[in-house]
Amino acid sequence: MTDAARLYEVWVYLQAEPLFWLTLTIGCYLFADFLYKSSGLFPLLNPVALSIALVSACLIIFNVEYERYFNGAKFIHFLLGPATVALAVPIYLNWRIVSAERLAILATVVMGSLFAIGVTFGVSLFLDVDLVTVKSMLPRNVTAPIAMGISELIGGIPSLTAIITIVTGVVGAALGTFVLDLVRVKNMSARGFAFGLTSHGIGTARAMSRDQTAGVFAAVAMGLSGVTTALLLPLIFRLISDLL
Amino acid sequence: MLYAIFFIFLLQLVGEFLQKYFVLAIPGPVIGLLLMLVALLLQRGSRDSDTDFGQKVINTSNHLLQYLSLLFVPIGVGVVMHLQLLESQLVKVLGVIIIGTLLTIIVTAALFQVLRKRGVDD
Repeated sequence: MTDAARLYEVWVYLQAEPLFWLTLTIGCYLFADFLYKSSGLFPLLNPVALSIALVSACLIIFNVEYERYFNGAKFIHFLLGPATVALAVPIYLNWRIVSAERLAILATVVMGSLFAIGVTFGVSLFLDVDLVTVKSMLPRNVTAPIAMGISELIGGIPSLTAIITIVTGVVGAALGTFVLDLVRVKNMSARGFAFGLTSHGIGTARAMSRDQTAGVFAAVAMGLSGVTTALLLPLIFRLISDLL
Repeated sequence: MLYAIFFIFLLQLVGEFLQKYFVLAIPGPVIGLLLMLVALLLQRGSRDSDTDFGQKVINTSNHLLQYLSLLFVPIGVGVVMHLQLLESQLVKVLGVIIIGTLLTIIVTAALFQVLRKRGVDD
């Protein structure tokens, strides 16, 4: 057997195992994080966006199906659930600040969530997006499992919602810093809050990596806006359909 | 540490159970988050310090949260590999996402900055 044939045989064996995909995912993430840090935390080099791009490029170049990749990477994916539970800890450690701001938090969650839904609806109409896609987009600012549930309830396509929600997270995490600097919001709790309400978990991860206070308010905003949107959006949707 | 991991998994499991059993709109892990917050506040009680177990759960959670960004990579790769689902709508949808997301970030941050009490973390 030639060397190339042997190598191919080894590759066929390894790519069927989770180890290879786990190593690739962590490796790409570490590399992306290294680039991000050595760029002086340049927001467009967001480590999540960058490592997603790196892994996807590998899969496309080597013609690997996503299902095969996910079969290994699912062990990383699994930890999202426990990590969500763990988000209670930064909130608990800053409980004094959070409860001191409870009125501002509740008011901003309700108004911000309504604005998020309204602006998605408005811009979609303006750009003439088809109705099923609009429905799939409306819950895009909350964490993916909530968004998918709402989408199903109002007649969207849950898997489409998942895609749109994740892209929303990455866009907010990568570009949020620029717009917040542009409008000169300097307060860390306000910045974090906006990241969590708009870009759910990915925004929260981003806020947490920069500043403890920002991370806490992001986690609070993510949790509360998820619950608020789950309660409000189906109601609003029913009202609008009755009017039409 | 194993006790702490067990406790975190257990709360998520209880959350998933409650969500399925009562058909709630809130996902299991978010219910788990709320349960964890209640548990942490209860273990502190009126004292101003954490119990040994509480401290372990806090440390383990902080370790896990250090890698929060990494955990989104597998599902994000799925998004890239399935972008063709959006077909002809791709450009419009990206337009809505970018405009909508940036406007929402600005409005939410401005709202919270105006509504919050002054001087807590300036």
